[in-house]
Amino acid sequence: MKAKGLYFSSYVLWLLLFVLAPVALILYQSFIGINGNFTITNYENFFKIGAYLRMTFNSVFYAGLITLITLLISYPTAYFLTRTKYKQLWLMLIILPTWINILLKAYAFIGIFSQAGPVNNSLEWLGLGSHQLLFTNTSFMLVAAYIELPFMILPIFNAIDELDESLVNVSRDLGANKFQTFWNVTFPLTLNGIKSGVQVVFIPSLSLFMLTRLIGGNKVITLGTAIEENFLVTQDWGMGSTIGVILIAAMILIMFLTGEKKRRGR
Amino acid sequence: MNTKKRHYWRNLYLIVAFLILYLPIFYLIFYSFNSSGGMNHFAHFTWAHYQEIWSDQRLILITVQTFFLAFLSSLLATIIGTSGALGIYSVRNPQVRTLILGLNNILLVSPDVIIGSSFLIFFTVLGIKLGFISVLLSHIAFSIPIVVLMVLPKLQEMNSSFINVAQDLGANHWQILKGVILPIITPGMIAGYFMAFTYSLDDFAVTFFVTGNGFETLSVEIYSRARQGISLEINALSALMFLFSLVLVMGYYFISKDSPKGKRKDRKAQQNLIR
Repeated sequence: MKAKGLYFSSYVLWLLLFVLAPVALILYQSFIGINGNFTITNYENFFKIGAYLRMTFNSVFYAGLITLITLLISYPTAYFLTRTKYKQLWLMLIILPTWINILLKAYAFIGIFSQAGPVNNSLEWLGLGSHQLLFTNTSFMLVAAYIELPFMILPIFNAIDELDESLVNVSRDLGANKFQTFWNVTFPLTLNGIKSGVQVVFIPSLSLFMLTRLIGGNKVITLGTAIEENFLVTQDWGMGSTIGVILIAAMILIMFLTGEKKRRGR
Repeated sequence: MNTKKRHYWRNLYLIVAFLILYLPIFYLIFYSFNSSGGMNHFAHFTWAHYQEIWSDQRLILITVQTFFLAFLSSLLATIIGTSGALGIYSVRNPQVRTLILGLNNILLVSPDVIIGSSFLIFFTVLGIKLGFISVLLSHIAFSIPIVVLMVLPKLQEMNSSFINVAQDLGANHWQILKGVILPIITPGMIAGYFMAFTYSLDDFAVTFFVTGNGFETLSVEIYSRARQGISLEINALSALMFLFSLVLVMGYYFISKDSPKGKRKDRKAQQNLIR
């Protein structure tokens, strides 16, 4: 079967050149100091200099808040969606906005949150006065949550939709009230959906960099912003790679924490 | 009465959720018809900003480049990804298979900044000039894994006795590939091509890292314009891109509806669709 090797080789070449080599290179680059020497100074700096640790903490904190906001909006949405007629159609309409360029969605909010934009207008109409909304941490979080929303709704929707309805009925028949049924039956059985939702929202939230610039006004520095700055602005690739390696480590940790546990027999 | 009331709240919640999702998009499109400059006060209706796009040669050039890039990168990614899927399918050892699939998914789960920065190091080390070639290679690279994930299930669903029969009838390897395997996996390849196409069209972060001065895509251009503030030309552009996304989505659903898949598989495909 020589032919098999022939067409497999392009794919294997891709694996070597564009998957393994870049990972190895970013790992190697993270040990390159500002003078081009091989050193662990970058890691030392990262863990010694307060600014880096504070930035990492902030990034994780905001990613956590973004994930929480999306989860709180998404769970009821997904739950109610499974109860509608034509649910697949509605689900498609939830997915549709993800096909729209993320830059355009961010750009929309520059107008929406602007000084005389619709949000400020409504605030004034309600007698709350106008505020500086754009370039604040809150606007950054809200826009990030807006962009991530469909990614959270979909896995939760699938988990709830796959839930065996008879389990809920049994629970109700056995005298559990609605809340007890939800807390002890529905919620634990849809936990895997929540976990994969958290995974697909939290990791990108750590690395968003254009939102922090366009919407956050550089007030929140995420790990992604720091990497972009080191690579493209200050040209300190070593430090940028070090932060990159930290981000990869964070990603692996999150995937480990939210990974699907071994399936118990059902 | 009670259930009616519950439905009322349920529907109200869903309406609000859909409004949150769609209002920003429609807001953007609405003001693309505004004759005054900003996104706050609607003066009166005009097509002027669409005409502006038409006469903005730089923007048209960038649009053409972006689409050319998307067509080409997704085509090449589909070819390489399909051969990858065929290769993975032929690997018998389950551990090796899991390993390859694990490696395959690395680029799918990696944050864009990591892909962008590591590719930037990679191109610099190899001495590849940043520009169209580096962007094209990156787009091919991050689109391959999704093609593999779309094609592989089709191969696994394939009834292997077809191949045995073809072999018994004396078909050689290429004849089996062309006559038996390819027709079966074509829906997966088309779905993979679509996904790769939208990945390429939507990508901002990776392109931003690996593009030089000479080459720009729409996302990068929108970013640099948006940093300078509001220009309703972008609104008009977003309206056009929204329409285009609608066409793509409909096209995608039309194609994926043809293929005989179970409901579960559809969900899987949808899950892949938005990643």
